[in-house]
Amino acid sequence: MAGPMARGAPDGAPLLEVRGISKSMGGKLLLDDVSLSLSRGELKVLIGPSGGGKSTLLQCVHFLTIPDKGDVLLDGESAREMGKRNICLFRQEIGMIFQDFNLFDHLTARDNVAVALRRVKRLRKAEAHGRALAELERVGLGDKAGLYPAQLSGGQKQRVSIARALAMDPKVMLLDEPTSALDPELIGEVLNVIQSLYEGGMTMLMVTHQVGFARHITKEILFMEDGRITERGSPEDLLAEGSLSRAGAFCSKLSEVTGR
Amino acid sequence: MGTIDFYLEVLIPALNKGFFLSVAIIVPSATFGVLIGILVGAGRALGKGWLSRALDLYVTVFRGTPLVVQLTVWYYGLPSISLFLEAHFGEGVRPFSELFRLSPYVAAVVAFSMCSGAYQSEYIRGALLSLKRGQYLAALSLGFSKGRAFWFITVPMALRRAVPGCGNEIIYLIKYSSLAMLVTLSELMGEAKGVASLYFRYFECYMLVALYYLAIVTVATVLLHMLEKRLARPFATGH
Repeated sequence: MAGPMARGAPDGAPLLEVRGISKSMGGKLLLDDVSLSLSRGELKVLIGPSGGGKSTLLQCVHFLTIPDKGDVLLDGESAREMGKRNICLFRQEIGMIFQDFNLFDHLTARDNVAVALRRVKRLRKAEAHGRALAELERVGLGDKAGLYPAQLSGGQKQRVSIARALAMDPKVMLLDEPTSALDPELIGEVLNVIQSLYEGGMTMLMVTHQVGFARHITKEILFMEDGRITERGSPEDLLAEGSLSRAGAFCSKLSEVTGR
Repeated sequence: MGTIDFYLEVLIPALNKGFFLSVAIIVPSATFGVLIGILVGAGRALGKGWLSRALDLYVTVFRGTPLVVQLTVWYYGLPSISLFLEAHFGEGVRPFSELFRLSPYVAAVVAFSMCSGAYQSEYIRGALLSLKRGQYLAALSLGFSKGRAFWFITVPMALRRAVPGCGNEIIYLIKYSSLAMLVTLSELMGEAKGVASLYFRYFECYMLVALYYLAIVTVATVLLHMLEKRLARPFATGH
Protein backbone atom coordinates (compact mmCIF):
# COMPACT_ATOMS: atom_id res chain seq x y z
CA MET A 1 0.00 0.00 0.00
CA ALA A 2 1.21 3.49 -0.78
CA GLY A 3 2.40 5.27 2.35
CA PRO A 4 1.67 8.87 3.21
CA MET A 5 4.90 9.82 1.49
CA ALA A 6 3.49 8.66 -1.83
CA ARG A 7 0.60 11.09 -1.46
CA GLY A 8 0.05 13.14 -4.57
CA ALA A 9 3.03 11.45 -6.13
CA PRO A 10 3.94 13.18 -9.37
CA ASP A 11 3.67 9.95 -11.39
CA GLY A 12 1.07 11.64 -13.51
CA ALA A 13 -2.04 9.48 -13.86
CA PRO A 14 -4.62 9.85 -11.09
CA LEU A 15 -5.87 6.72 -9.32
CA LEU A 16 -9.53 7.63 -9.79
CA GLU A 17 -10.76 9.79 -12.59
CA VAL A 18 -14.36 10.87 -13.05
CA ARG A 19 -14.96 12.19 -16.53
CA GLY A 20 -18.00 14.31 -17.37
CA ILE A 21 -20.67 12.35 -15.58
CA SER A 22 -24.32 13.28 -16.13
CA LYS A 23 -27.37 11.59 -14.71
CA SER A 24 -31.08 12.31 -14.95
CA MET A 25 -33.81 10.59 -13.02
CA GLY A 26 -37.53 11.17 -13.32
CA GLY A 27 -36.93 13.97 -15.78
CA LYS A 28 -34.70 15.87 -13.36
CA LEU A 29 -31.05 16.48 -14.11
CA LEU A 30 -29.25 15.33 -10.95
CA LEU A 31 -25.67 15.45 -12.21
CA ASP A 32 -24.53 17.81 -14.91
CA ASP A 33 -21.15 17.06 -16.45
CA VAL A 34 -19.23 16.41 -13.23
CA SER A 35 -15.49 15.71 -13.39
CA LEU A 36 -12.94 15.20 -10.67
CA SER A 37 -9.87 13.13 -9.99
CA LEU A 38 -8.08 11.65 -7.00
CA SER A 39 -4.39 10.89 -6.80
CA ARG A 40 -3.15 7.96 -4.79
CA GLY A 41 -3.49 8.68 -1.07
CA GLU A 42 -5.48 11.85 -1.61
CA LEU A 43 -8.64 12.77 0.29
CA LYS A 44 -11.11 15.19 -1.20
CA VAL A 45 -14.14 16.53 0.58
CA LEU A 46 -17.44 17.14 -1.14
CA ILE A 47 -19.79 19.60 0.52
CA GLY A 48 -23.00 21.29 -0.46
CA PRO A 49 -26.70 21.54 0.26
CA SER A 50 -28.95 18.45 0.34
CA GLY A 51 -30.39 17.52 -3.01
CA GLY A 52 -27.33 18.94 -4.71
CA GLY A 53 -26.36 15.56 -6.16
CA LYS A 54 -23.58 14.47 -3.78
CA SER A 55 -24.98 11.00 -3.01
CA THR A 56 -25.93 10.45 -6.63
CA LEU A 57 -22.40 11.37 -7.64
CA LEU A 58 -20.89 8.79 -5.25
CA GLN A 59 -23.29 6.11 -6.50
CA CYS A 60 -22.39 6.95 -10.10
CA VAL A 61 -18.67 6.90 -9.32
CA HIS A 62 -19.26 3.42 -7.92
CA PHE A 63 -21.44 2.45 -10.89
CA LEU A 64 -24.13 1.39 -8.43
CA THR A 65 -26.16 3.82 -10.47
CA ILE A 66 -25.11 3.83 -14.10
CA PRO A 67 -24.51 7.39 -15.29
CA ASP A 68 -26.20 8.50 -18.52
CA LYS A 69 -23.03 10.10 -19.80
CA GLY A 70 -19.40 10.10 -18.80
CA ASP A 71 -17.05 7.48 -17.45
CA VAL A 72 -15.09 6.53 -14.36
CA LEU A 73 -11.52 5.31 -14.59
CA LEU A 74 -9.90 3.41 -11.77
CA ASP A 75 -6.18 2.91 -12.24
CA GLY A 76 -6.73 3.70 -15.91
CA GLU A 77 -9.47 1.09 -16.37
CA SER A 78 -12.78 2.33 -17.70
CA ALA A 79 -15.93 1.23 -15.86
CA ARG A 80 -17.92 1.84 -19.03
CA GLU A 81 -15.93 -0.73 -20.96
CA MET A 82 -16.35 -3.48 -18.41
CA GLY A 83 -18.95 -6.12 -19.05
CA LYS A 84 -21.70 -6.99 -16.61
CA ARG A 85 -19.45 -9.52 -14.96
CA ASN A 86 -16.45 -7.27 -14.54
CA ILE A 87 -18.45 -4.38 -13.17
CA CYS A 88 -18.70 -6.44 -9.96
CA LEU A 89 -14.91 -6.55 -9.84
CA PHE A 90 -14.79 -2.80 -10.43
CA ARG A 91 -17.21 -2.21 -7.55
CA GLN A 92 -15.22 -4.55 -5.35
CA GLU A 93 -12.19 -2.28 -5.74
CA ILE A 94 -14.11 0.71 -4.44
CA GLY A 95 -15.38 0.72 -0.86
CA MET A 96 -18.59 2.57 -0.04
CA ILE A 97 -19.64 3.85 3.36
CA PHE A 98 -23.28 4.82 3.66
CA GLN A 99 -24.90 7.41 5.87
CA ASP A 100 -27.20 4.87 7.52
CA PHE A 101 -24.64 2.05 7.63
CA ASN A 102 -26.69 -0.53 5.71
CA LEU A 103 -25.36 -3.39 7.80
CA PHE A 104 -26.92 -6.80 7.24
CA ASP A 105 -29.05 -7.00 10.36
CA HIS A 106 -29.31 -10.81 10.45
CA LEU A 107 -25.53 -11.25 10.65
CA THR A 108 -23.11 -10.63 13.51
CA ALA A 109 -20.46 -7.94 13.19
CA ARG A 110 -17.95 -10.62 12.20
CA ASP A 111 -20.22 -12.15 9.57
CA ASN A 112 -21.12 -8.71 8.19
CA VAL A 113 -17.44 -8.36 7.36
CA ALA A 114 -16.93 -12.01 6.38
CA VAL A 115 -19.92 -12.56 4.12
CA ALA A 116 -18.46 -10.83 1.07
CA LEU A 117 -15.08 -12.47 1.68
CA ARG A 118 -16.81 -15.83 1.48
CA ARG A 119 -19.43 -15.22 -1.20
CA VAL A 120 -17.54 -12.78 -3.42
CA LYS A 121 -13.86 -13.53 -2.85
CA ARG A 122 -14.68 -17.20 -2.17
CA LEU A 123 -12.34 -17.48 0.79
CA ARG A 124 -12.68 -20.47 3.05
CA LYS A 125 -14.73 -19.98 6.19
CA ALA A 126 -11.84 -19.97 8.65
CA GLU A 127 -9.82 -17.64 6.47
CA ALA A 128 -12.73 -15.23 6.03
CA HIS A 129 -13.43 -15.20 9.74
CA GLY A 130 -9.78 -14.55 10.55
CA ARG A 131 -9.64 -11.65 8.12
CA ALA A 132 -12.94 -10.27 9.44
CA LEU A 133 -11.65 -10.30 13.01
CA ALA A 134 -8.47 -8.55 11.93
CA GLU A 135 -10.49 -5.79 10.23
CA LEU A 136 -12.71 -5.41 13.27
CA GLU A 137 -9.58 -5.08 15.43
CA ARG A 138 -8.37 -2.39 13.08
CA VAL A 139 -11.44 -0.25 13.79
CA GLY A 140 -11.28 -1.08 17.49
CA LEU A 141 -14.18 -3.54 17.60
CA GLY A 142 -12.41 -6.87 18.10
CA ASP A 143 -14.47 -7.48 21.23
CA LYS A 144 -17.80 -6.86 19.48
CA ALA A 145 -17.43 -9.51 16.76
CA GLY A 146 -20.27 -11.67 18.08
CA LEU A 147 -22.85 -8.91 18.41
CA TYR A 148 -25.63 -8.15 15.97
CA PRO A 149 -26.04 -4.65 14.48
CA ALA A 150 -29.05 -3.96 16.70
CA GLN A 151 -26.79 -4.44 19.73
CA LEU A 152 -24.24 -1.87 18.60
CA SER A 153 -24.23 1.91 18.93
CA GLY A 154 -24.40 4.04 15.80
CA GLY A 155 -20.70 4.77 15.91
CA GLN A 156 -19.88 1.08 16.29
CA LYS A 157 -22.19 0.20 13.39
CA GLN A 158 -20.44 2.70 11.16
CA ARG A 159 -17.05 1.29 12.17
CA VAL A 160 -18.26 -2.23 11.33
CA SER A 161 -19.32 -0.96 7.92
CA ILE A 162 -15.86 0.56 7.45
CA ALA A 163 -14.26 -2.77 8.42
CA ARG A 164 -16.61 -4.52 5.96
CA ALA A 165 -15.45 -2.26 3.13
CA LEU A 166 -11.76 -2.50 4.09
CA ALA A 167 -11.86 -6.29 4.06
CA MET A 168 -12.30 -6.20 0.29
CA ASP A 169 -8.97 -4.34 -0.09
CA PRO A 170 -10.45 -1.37 -1.93
CA LYS A 171 -8.20 1.05 -3.77
CA VAL A 172 -10.55 3.93 -3.08
CA MET A 173 -13.15 4.61 -0.42
CA LEU A 174 -16.27 6.68 -0.99
CA LEU A 175 -17.82 8.00 2.20
CA ASP A 176 -21.37 9.35 2.01
CA GLU A 177 -21.95 11.46 5.09
CA PRO A 178 -20.55 8.77 7.38
CA THR A 179 -21.34 10.70 10.55
CA SER A 180 -24.66 12.36 9.71
CA ALA A 181 -26.80 9.69 11.35
CA LEU A 182 -24.76 9.67 14.55
CA ASP A 183 -25.29 11.29 17.94
CA PRO A 184 -22.77 14.08 18.43
CA GLU A 185 -20.75 12.17 21.03
CA LEU A 186 -20.26 9.23 18.65
CA ILE A 187 -18.99 11.23 15.71
CA GLY A 188 -15.44 11.44 17.05
CA GLU A 189 -14.81 7.69 17.08
CA VAL A 190 -15.76 7.39 13.40
CA LEU A 191 -13.75 10.44 12.35
CA ASN A 192 -10.74 8.99 14.19
CA VAL A 193 -10.97 5.81 12.13
CA ILE A 194 -11.22 7.84 8.93
CA GLN A 195 -8.25 9.95 9.99
CA SER A 196 -6.13 6.87 10.62
CA LEU A 197 -7.13 5.40 7.24
CA TYR A 198 -6.01 8.63 5.62
CA GLU A 199 -2.74 8.51 7.45
CA GLY A 200 -2.33 4.94 6.25
CA GLY A 201 -2.48 6.18 2.66
CA MET A 202 -6.08 5.37 1.69
CA THR A 203 -7.52 7.36 -1.21
CA MET A 204 -10.89 8.80 -0.26
CA LEU A 205 -13.75 10.92 -1.51
CA MET A 206 -15.87 12.05 1.40
CA VAL A 207 -19.20 13.83 1.58
CA THR A 208 -19.47 15.49 4.97
CA HIS A 209 -20.90 18.39 6.88
CA GLN A 210 -18.10 18.18 9.48
CA VAL A 211 -16.50 21.42 8.39
CA GLY A 212 -13.88 21.42 11.12
CA PHE A 213 -12.73 17.92 10.24
CA ALA A 214 -12.74 18.71 6.53
CA ARG A 215 -10.73 21.85 7.08
CA HIS A 216 -7.85 20.09 8.76
CA ILE A 217 -7.76 16.85 6.79
CA THR A 218 -8.16 17.84 3.15
CA LYS A 219 -6.22 19.95 0.70
CA GLU A 220 -9.15 20.37 -1.65
CA ILE A 221 -12.83 20.99 -1.04
CA LEU A 222 -15.38 20.54 -3.83
CA PHE A 223 -18.60 22.48 -3.42
CA MET A 224 -21.55 20.92 -5.14
CA GLU A 225 -24.89 22.51 -5.92
CA ASP A 226 -27.66 21.74 -8.43
CA GLY A 227 -25.76 18.76 -9.82
CA ARG A 228 -22.55 20.62 -10.57
CA ILE A 229 -19.28 21.25 -8.84
CA THR A 230 -19.43 25.02 -8.68
CA GLU A 231 -16.37 25.75 -6.57
CA ARG A 232 -13.17 23.94 -5.76
CA GLY A 233 -10.14 24.96 -3.80
CA SER A 234 -8.18 24.61 -0.60
CA PRO A 235 -10.02 25.06 2.70
CA GLU A 236 -7.95 28.18 3.32
CA ASP A 237 -9.18 29.79 0.12
CA LEU A 238 -12.80 28.72 0.25
CA LEU A 239 -13.50 28.92 3.95
CA ALA A 240 -11.38 31.88 5.02
CA GLU A 241 -13.01 34.60 7.13
CA GLY A 242 -14.61 37.05 4.78
CA SER A 243 -14.36 34.75 1.77
CA LEU A 244 -17.04 35.46 -0.81
CA SER A 245 -17.36 31.83 -1.90
CA ARG A 246 -20.69 29.97 -1.77
CA ALA A 247 -18.85 27.22 0.05
CA GLY A 248 -17.70 29.66 2.70
CA ALA A 249 -21.20 31.01 3.23
CA PHE A 250 -22.62 27.49 3.36
CA CYS A 251 -20.05 26.30 5.89
CA SER A 252 -20.36 29.30 8.16
CA LYS A 253 -24.10 28.71 8.21
CA LEU A 254 -23.45 25.06 9.11
CA SER A 255 -21.12 26.11 11.92
CA GLU A 256 -23.72 28.52 13.26
CA VAL A 257 -26.28 25.71 13.40
CA THR A 258 -24.07 22.97 14.80
CA GLY A 259 -21.63 25.08 16.76
CA ARG A 260 -18.69 23.33 15.12
CA MET B 1 -71.51 -52.08 21.51
CA GLY B 2 -70.51 -50.29 24.71
CA THR B 3 -69.11 -46.82 24.63
CA ILE B 4 -65.63 -47.84 25.71
CA ASP B 5 -65.49 -50.61 23.12
CA PHE B 6 -66.75 -48.25 20.46
CA TYR B 7 -63.92 -45.83 21.22
CA LEU B 8 -61.16 -48.40 21.52
CA GLU B 9 -62.14 -50.74 18.71
CA VAL B 10 -63.81 -48.52 16.15
CA LEU B 11 -63.38 -44.81 16.46
CA ILE B 12 -59.77 -44.40 17.59
CA PRO B 13 -58.29 -46.95 15.13
CA ALA B 14 -60.26 -45.26 12.34
CA LEU B 15 -59.10 -41.81 13.32
CA ASN B 16 -55.50 -42.96 13.67
CA LYS B 17 -55.65 -44.28 10.12
CA GLY B 18 -57.08 -40.97 8.98
CA PHE B 19 -54.46 -39.11 10.96
CA PHE B 20 -51.60 -40.64 8.96
CA LEU B 21 -53.27 -39.81 5.67
CA SER B 22 -53.90 -36.25 6.86
CA VAL B 23 -50.24 -35.82 7.75
CA ALA B 24 -49.28 -37.29 4.38
CA ILE B 25 -51.40 -34.59 2.74
CA ILE B 26 -50.37 -31.69 4.99
CA VAL B 27 -46.58 -32.07 4.95
CA PRO B 28 -46.04 -32.00 1.16
CA SER B 29 -48.76 -29.37 0.67
CA ALA B 30 -47.17 -27.06 3.25
CA THR B 31 -43.70 -27.59 1.75
CA PHE B 32 -44.80 -26.93 -1.83
CA GLY B 33 -46.91 -24.03 -0.61
CA VAL B 34 -43.89 -22.31 0.93
CA LEU B 35 -41.71 -22.97 -2.13
CA ILE B 36 -44.36 -21.63 -4.49
CA GLY B 37 -44.80 -18.69 -2.15
CA ILE B 38 -41.11 -17.83 -2.25
CA LEU B 39 -40.93 -17.98 -6.05
CA VAL B 40 -44.20 -16.16 -6.65
CA GLY B 41 -43.60 -13.62 -3.86
CA ALA B 42 -40.12 -12.80 -5.18
CA GLY B 43 -41.45 -12.59 -8.74
CA ARG B 44 -44.19 -10.20 -7.70
CA ALA B 45 -41.97 -8.03 -5.52
CA LEU B 46 -39.11 -7.74 -7.99
CA GLY B 47 -40.43 -8.82 -11.36
CA LYS B 48 -41.61 -6.51 -14.08
CA GLY B 49 -43.98 -6.66 -17.02
CA TRP B 50 -45.77 -9.81 -18.05
CA LEU B 51 -44.15 -12.02 -15.40
CA SER B 52 -45.39 -9.94 -12.52
CA ARG B 53 -48.83 -9.58 -14.14
CA ALA B 54 -49.11 -13.33 -14.68
CA LEU B 55 -48.22 -13.96 -11.04
CA ASP B 56 -50.74 -11.35 -9.90
CA LEU B 57 -53.36 -13.21 -11.90
CA TYR B 58 -52.41 -16.50 -10.21
CA VAL B 59 -52.81 -14.95 -6.76
CA THR B 60 -56.08 -13.26 -7.71
CA VAL B 61 -57.56 -16.53 -8.94
CA PHE B 62 -56.37 -18.79 -6.13
CA ARG B 63 -57.10 -16.34 -3.35
CA GLY B 64 -60.33 -15.16 -4.88
CA THR B 65 -62.13 -18.48 -5.35
CA PRO B 66 -63.27 -20.91 -2.65
CA LEU B 67 -60.86 -23.74 -1.99
CA VAL B 68 -63.74 -26.23 -2.27
CA VAL B 69 -64.31 -25.04 -5.83
CA GLN B 70 -60.60 -25.33 -6.68
CA LEU B 71 -60.38 -28.80 -5.18
CA THR B 72 -63.40 -30.10 -7.09
CA VAL B 73 -62.11 -28.57 -10.32
CA TRP B 74 -58.77 -30.33 -9.90
CA TYR B 75 -60.39 -33.67 -9.20
CA TYR B 76 -63.75 -33.71 -10.97
CA GLY B 77 -63.21 -30.99 -13.55
CA LEU B 78 -59.84 -31.78 -15.13
CA PRO B 79 -60.76 -35.27 -16.41
CA SER B 80 -63.15 -33.52 -18.81
CA ILE B 81 -60.04 -32.30 -20.60
CA SER B 82 -58.90 -35.92 -20.96
CA LEU B 83 -62.26 -36.89 -22.40
CA PHE B 84 -62.20 -33.95 -24.79
CA LEU B 85 -58.67 -34.74 -25.98
CA GLU B 86 -59.42 -38.43 -26.45
CA ALA B 87 -62.66 -37.67 -28.31
CA HIS B 88 -60.89 -35.31 -30.72
CA PHE B 89 -57.48 -36.88 -31.17
CA GLY B 90 -58.20 -40.55 -30.56
CA GLU B 91 -56.72 -42.98 -28.10
CA GLY B 92 -53.21 -42.04 -29.21
CA VAL B 93 -53.13 -39.05 -26.87
CA ARG B 94 -53.78 -41.24 -23.86
CA PRO B 95 -50.31 -40.98 -22.29
CA PHE B 96 -50.76 -37.21 -22.36
CA SER B 97 -54.47 -36.99 -21.57
CA GLU B 98 -54.02 -39.28 -18.57
CA LEU B 99 -52.09 -36.44 -16.92
CA PHE B 100 -55.41 -34.67 -16.33
CA ARG B 101 -56.86 -37.59 -14.41
CA LEU B 102 -55.44 -36.85 -10.98
CA SER B 103 -55.72 -39.39 -8.20
CA PRO B 104 -57.65 -38.09 -5.17
CA TYR B 105 -54.41 -37.76 -3.23
CA VAL B 106 -52.57 -35.87 -5.97
CA ALA B 107 -55.59 -33.63 -6.58
CA ALA B 108 -55.71 -32.73 -2.88
CA VAL B 109 -51.98 -31.99 -2.61
CA VAL B 110 -52.01 -29.93 -5.81
CA ALA B 111 -55.09 -27.97 -4.73
CA PHE B 112 -53.75 -27.22 -1.26
CA SER B 113 -50.24 -26.36 -2.51
CA MET B 114 -51.54 -23.97 -5.15
CA CYS B 115 -53.93 -22.26 -2.78
CA SER B 116 -51.44 -22.09 0.06
CA GLY B 117 -48.74 -20.81 -2.32
CA ALA B 118 -50.94 -17.86 -3.27
CA TYR B 119 -51.31 -16.83 0.36
CA GLN B 120 -47.66 -17.55 1.23
CA SER B 121 -46.53 -15.34 -1.64
CA GLU B 122 -48.26 -12.40 0.02
CA TYR B 123 -46.22 -12.86 3.20
CA ILE B 124 -42.98 -13.23 1.25
CA ARG B 125 -43.76 -10.25 -0.96
CA GLY B 126 -44.54 -8.11 2.09
CA ALA B 127 -41.29 -9.14 3.76
CA LEU B 128 -39.26 -8.36 0.64
CA LEU B 129 -40.88 -4.96 0.28
CA SER B 130 -40.25 -4.14 3.95
CA LEU B 131 -36.49 -4.44 3.49
CA LYS B 132 -34.49 -1.34 2.95
CA ARG B 133 -32.91 -1.14 -0.47
CA GLY B 134 -29.76 0.11 1.22
CA GLN B 135 -28.63 -3.33 2.32
CA TYR B 136 -28.94 -4.64 -1.22
CA LEU B 137 -26.95 -1.64 -2.45
CA ALA B 138 -24.33 -2.30 0.21
CA ALA B 139 -23.99 -5.87 -1.05
CA LEU B 140 -23.56 -4.64 -4.64
CA SER B 141 -20.95 -2.16 -3.43
CA LEU B 142 -18.97 -5.08 -1.98
CA GLY B 143 -18.87 -6.77 -5.37
CA PHE B 144 -21.86 -9.11 -5.11
CA SER B 145 -23.63 -9.72 -8.40
CA LYS B 146 -27.35 -8.89 -8.35
CA GLY B 147 -28.34 -12.54 -8.14
CA ARG B 148 -25.95 -13.37 -5.32
CA ALA B 149 -26.86 -10.22 -3.40
CA PHE B 150 -30.49 -11.32 -3.61
CA TRP B 151 -29.80 -14.91 -2.58
CA PHE B 152 -27.24 -14.37 0.17
CA ILE B 153 -28.42 -11.07 1.64
CA THR B 154 -32.02 -10.26 0.75
CA VAL B 155 -33.55 -13.74 1.03
CA PRO B 156 -32.24 -14.57 4.53
CA MET B 157 -33.41 -11.21 5.83
CA ALA B 158 -36.82 -11.50 4.18
CA LEU B 159 -37.46 -15.08 5.32
CA ARG B 160 -36.94 -14.09 8.95
CA ARG B 161 -39.56 -11.41 8.59
CA ALA B 162 -41.94 -13.77 6.78
CA VAL B 163 -41.78 -16.73 9.21
CA PRO B 164 -44.64 -15.67 11.52
CA GLY B 165 -47.01 -15.08 8.60
CA CYS B 166 -46.00 -18.23 6.79
CA GLY B 167 -46.47 -20.23 9.98
CA ASN B 168 -49.96 -18.85 10.31
CA GLU B 169 -50.80 -20.01 6.80
CA ILE B 170 -49.50 -23.51 7.58
CA ILE B 171 -51.87 -23.65 10.56
CA TYR B 172 -54.75 -22.75 8.22
CA LEU B 173 -53.61 -25.43 5.82
CA ILE B 174 -53.76 -28.09 8.54
CA LYS B 175 -57.40 -27.27 9.08
CA TYR B 176 -58.48 -26.90 5.47
CA SER B 177 -56.85 -30.22 4.67
CA SER B 178 -60.11 -31.65 6.07
CA LEU B 179 -61.70 -30.68 2.74
CA ALA B 180 -59.83 -33.59 1.14
CA MET B 181 -62.78 -35.68 2.26
CA LEU B 182 -64.71 -34.14 -0.64
CA VAL B 183 -62.50 -35.91 -3.19
CA THR B 184 -63.09 -39.30 -1.55
CA LEU B 185 -60.01 -39.33 0.67
CA SER B 186 -60.49 -41.00 4.04
CA GLU B 187 -58.31 -38.65 5.97
CA LEU B 188 -59.18 -37.60 9.53
CA MET B 189 -62.44 -35.88 8.67
CA GLY B 190 -63.41 -38.56 6.16
CA GLU B 191 -62.91 -41.34 8.69
CA ALA B 192 -64.83 -39.43 11.37
CA LYS B 193 -67.75 -38.89 9.04
CA GLY B 194 -67.76 -42.53 7.95
CA VAL B 195 -67.80 -43.85 11.51
CA ALA B 196 -70.32 -41.24 12.65
CA SER B 197 -72.90 -42.10 10.03
CA LEU B 198 -72.34 -45.84 10.33
CA TYR B 199 -72.85 -45.87 14.12
CA PHE B 200 -75.03 -42.77 14.33
CA ARG B 201 -72.67 -41.24 16.89
CA TYR B 202 -72.09 -37.81 15.44
CA PHE B 203 -71.29 -35.95 18.62
CA GLU B 204 -68.48 -38.20 19.86
CA CYS B 205 -66.91 -38.68 16.46
CA TYR B 206 -66.78 -34.98 15.61
CA MET B 207 -65.67 -33.96 19.09
CA LEU B 208 -62.82 -36.42 18.99
CA VAL B 209 -61.76 -35.44 15.48
CA ALA B 210 -61.70 -31.84 16.69
CA LEU B 211 -59.24 -32.92 19.40
CA TYR B 212 -57.06 -34.63 16.79
CA TYR B 213 -56.86 -31.44 14.74
CA LEU B 214 -56.18 -29.44 17.88
CA ALA B 215 -53.30 -31.78 18.69
CA ILE B 216 -51.77 -31.46 15.21
CA VAL B 217 -52.07 -27.68 15.31
CA THR B 218 -50.50 -27.58 18.77
CA VAL B 219 -47.51 -29.63 17.64
CA ALA B 220 -47.15 -27.47 14.52
CA THR B 221 -47.34 -24.31 16.63
CA VAL B 222 -44.58 -25.53 18.91
CA LEU B 223 -42.37 -26.49 15.95
CA LEU B 224 -42.95 -23.14 14.24
CA HIS B 225 -42.20 -21.33 17.45
CA MET B 226 -38.91 -23.22 17.78
CA LEU B 227 -38.03 -22.29 14.22
CA GLU B 228 -38.87 -18.65 14.87
CA LYS B 229 -36.71 -18.67 17.96
CA ARG B 230 -33.80 -20.28 16.14
CA LEU B 231 -33.94 -17.67 13.41
CA ALA B 232 -34.54 -14.78 15.81
CA ARG B 233 -32.05 -11.94 15.79
CA PRO B 234 -32.04 -8.86 17.94
CA PHE B 235 -33.66 -6.47 15.49
CA ALA B 236 -33.78 -2.83 16.45
CA THR B 237 -37.05 -1.17 15.65
CA GLY B 238 -36.78 1.09 12.66
CA HIS B 239 -33.54 -0.21 11.23
